[in-house]
Amino acid sequence: MDTWAPIADIAAAVNDGKTTASENVEKALQNIEDKAEFKAIISLTADRARKRAKQIDEHVKSGKPAGRLAGVPFIAKDNFLTFGGETTAASNILKGFNAPYQSTAVENLEAEGAICVAKANLDAFAHGSSTENSDFFTTLNPHDKTRVPGGSSGGSAAAVVLGMAPFALGSDTGGSIRLPASFTGCVGYKPTYGLVSRSGVVAMASSLDCIGPFARTVSDAAIVLDVMSGKDPLDSTTIERSKNSYTDLELDVEGKTIGIIKEYMGEGLEPEVRKLIDAGVEKLKNAGAVIKEVSLPSLPLALAVYYIICPAEVSSNLSRYDGQRFGYSDLDAKTLEESYEMSREKGFGREAKRRIMIGTYVLSSGYYDAYYKKAQTVRTKLINEFSAAFKEVDFLLGPTAPSTAFKIGENVDDPLKMYLIDIMTVAANLVGVPSISVPCGMVEGLPVGLQLMAAQTCDRELLSLAKAFEELNV
Amino acid sequence: MSDYITTIGIECHVQLKTKTKLFAAVDNDARGAEPNTLISHICLGLPGALPVLNDKAVELASRAAFALNTKPQPFSKFDRKHYFYPDLPMGYQITQFEEPVVLGGHVDIVVNGEQKRIGITRAHLEADAGKSTHPAGTDYSLVDLNRAGTPLLEIVSEPDMHSSAEARAFAHELYLLMKYAGVGDADLYHGNMRFDVNVSVSKDPNVLGTRSETKNLNSFKSVEKAVEYEVKRQIEVLEEGGEVVQETRGWDDTKLATFSQRTKEDAHDYRYFPDPDLPPIELDQAFIDSVEKSMNMLPAEYRTQFAGLGIDPKVVEDIVNVPETAQLVARILETSGGEHAKRIAFWTVQKTDDNSDDAQAAEPDVKVDDKNLVKLSELVSANKLSSTAAKEVLKEMQKTNGDPEAIATAKNLIQESNEDELAKIVAEILAANEKAAEDVKNGEMKAIGFLVGQVMKASQGKANPGIVQQIIKKQLNI
Repeated sequence: MDTWAPIADIAAAVNDGKTTASENVEKALQNIEDKAEFKAIISLTADRARKRAKQIDEHVKSGKPAGRLAGVPFIAKDNFLTFGGETTAASNILKGFNAPYQSTAVENLEAEGAICVAKANLDAFAHGSSTENSDFFTTLNPHDKTRVPGGSSGGSAAAVVLGMAPFALGSDTGGSIRLPASFTGCVGYKPTYGLVSRSGVVAMASSLDCIGPFARTVSDAAIVLDVMSGKDPLDSTTIERSKNSYTDLELDVEGKTIGIIKEYMGEGLEPEVRKLIDAGVEKLKNAGAVIKEVSLPSLPLALAVYYIICPAEVSSNLSRYDGQRFGYSDLDAKTLEESYEMSREKGFGREAKRRIMIGTYVLSSGYYDAYYKKAQTVRTKLINEFSAAFKEVDFLLGPTAPSTAFKIGENVDDPLKMYLIDIMTVAANLVGVPSISVPCGMVEGLPVGLQLMAAQTCDRELLSLAKAFEELNV
Repeated sequence: MSDYITTIGIECHVQLKTKTKLFAAVDNDARGAEPNTLISHICLGLPGALPVLNDKAVELASRAAFALNTKPQPFSKFDRKHYFYPDLPMGYQITQFEEPVVLGGHVDIVVNGEQKRIGITRAHLEADAGKSTHPAGTDYSLVDLNRAGTPLLEIVSEPDMHSSAEARAFAHELYLLMKYAGVGDADLYHGNMRFDVNVSVSKDPNVLGTRSETKNLNSFKSVEKAVEYEVKRQIEVLEEGGEVVQETRGWDDTKLATFSQRTKEDAHDYRYFPDPDLPPIELDQAFIDSVEKSMNMLPAEYRTQFAGLGIDPKVVEDIVNVPETAQLVARILETSGGEHAKRIAFWTVQKTDDNSDDAQAAEPDVKVDDKNLVKLSELVSANKLSSTAAKEVLKEMQKTNGDPEAIATAKNLIQESNEDELAKIVAEILAANEKAAEDVKNGEMKAIGFLVGQVMKASQGKANPGIVQQIIKKQLNI
């Protein structure tokens, strides 16, 4: 199969008239078709993609450049609202929903000439770590079809690794970009909370949701971030972006202090994964980085805190799927009450219902203080511990996940075991810091991801270190 | 029955006068708009839609704080209140539960000549829901989301009122305060202001009775009548040995009666929690100071000012009831002094003398210049116009905003006050009516009326009757 050049080169070739956007779109659509067996894709936006490609090609022909991502095809997780097809969030309740507006992230990419060609599979409403909670089908791991690609953005990760497009978009609420990046062997980037607008992305847990790219290299991820990021008048939780380009990366690690997260390196970590992480650390050390061990004592509580705050927000955010205005509505309902009950009963899958139940419970009067409030208190403690740690070190380092990709079906009957897979990723969401998963090696033919974190708004520094590691790890 | 103590607290929703909705850049004025035309993805609660706070609403809430004799809170935040209903698109209402923008404050009212202070517990910002209608005889309901997202300020009073008259006075004063402060149009007819009254009765002054809450009252009269009805109903229940149920009640404006809507057992668990889509509202001192500086004069200040002019308290209330009138009178007072202010105040109040307190504030079609009003008043002061003629001129001025002297001249209403001129006419009339003159001299004062009338006739109605009388007396040496 034909693979892709670096994103900057693809765009340059289109702007220079050496290739066309149309050729790129056809290539992406062909690759998607060739790899259909992996079930990474829910739907194509082919008609609109071809139309846009034609416009871009005409634009270039008329002598005007078509942007930094001119004619670069991409795939959006199907919880991004896009034109050109349905947006389902892989849920039955949103099946048939045609978005009347687009997510800001997609709008920003399109403004620089990028072209969305397809919508990728996910765990319905991004609830899960394997895509097995998709109401439609499970995506297969590109390295082993009996295994999951990780989740919830499993379709996006697999699509990039399978070469369907040079990059894909994901959302990361507790690891949903980094985990599948680790399981499939690509770069997955979760920016500082608020750096990329959430407007037009189906909300999971608003205080945790981050939008980010999947790509084959850190440089490709950086250019996508650079185009997507910035304050958005449609999302009041967005922050000002850095004045420097996120593609302007500093590769020297000499003297940079990296803290190895003690709590992530102990019990529960597969020995073979640990060996690869240790080897990665050694390479950074040899390049001149100062390595320290850092302990964040509240880290073992992060998963518990996450599984209170996340379902609380989920239960609230999913209230709007009520069968009254859009999406699935049970027409057999005889009363309003029945319409709500039956539409939601049939429209939501098991995991969505589980989270609605948990979330409703922890927000109920009488339980609010014991669960939600207490969880927020611990969250604040975590934030303080991370702030303290980032006074000591420039970066934190650990594995992205305790293991490599697990077998399809292995964890479906044990939600708790499934939740434990996120144990190393949720903290970055609770604290709001940027975090990246970069490929670090293979264990028995399966990829392992190395996770790096930096202090809030230090996205450029984090991408720099990740790129330096990527080059050291070749 | 009279040994029961009534306790009343009022919650009031004021629709804020913003151009756009609380969390969406969509027109906020739904009057006359086709259903579901003033909506966006945010009002519809579409997937991925996020609320963005309208700063103007925060400014108006801050104005309300000053009108309620307090200051806005430097830190407040939004919470989500969850319940399912078709006119609530997101399945939750965005409101301020834990930390509202206004805490404390008070409103002073006067009932039966006595001033009373009613405490304000809090006031918070929230987004209104849409409007549901249930057409009779059909098996469907209709939802109009034009109103969904309209900014409201909910003002909650302390349970400091103890009679229906106090409740009405509080509601009315709150209405004036919101109007004067420019917080809302407070147009009761269009539901810009809605009151919920909490009423309980108890024989023990230290123990409150169980309360009922009558919701969605949209006139001062209905506030008063609903309280009266509830007090009577609750006392009857207690006298018959029953118990008052804590419940929400509705108001039937034709039967003038409340009716049960839902009891405490049906109460929702709203599962409030901080809205993660909205950063907290943080107001710095400079902003709070600038709002305070920009506050208009409030009713209480006008009352003090007008009472100082010796205007009757009833008339003062009539003036204050219409902010434009109060502002006009105050302006005249400042530019042209008390005499003109007082006279113009009377004219303006008489113009709107159909101003029962539930009526719409009558706005003049043509705004008459302050200058022209003062000119008109000066004509009266100079005895050039009678007060009756002045009203006639004013009527014309309200149509055209023309110059009063020109109008009066055109209408031939200018009085002849030139004593030399008048003296000539009087001399002629006295000469021609010797009998009447003789009668007056002999103390038959009735006859003076006849003589004045003759002079008026001779002057074609332009003579100032007061001056004519004086000249007649002078010429007859009485």
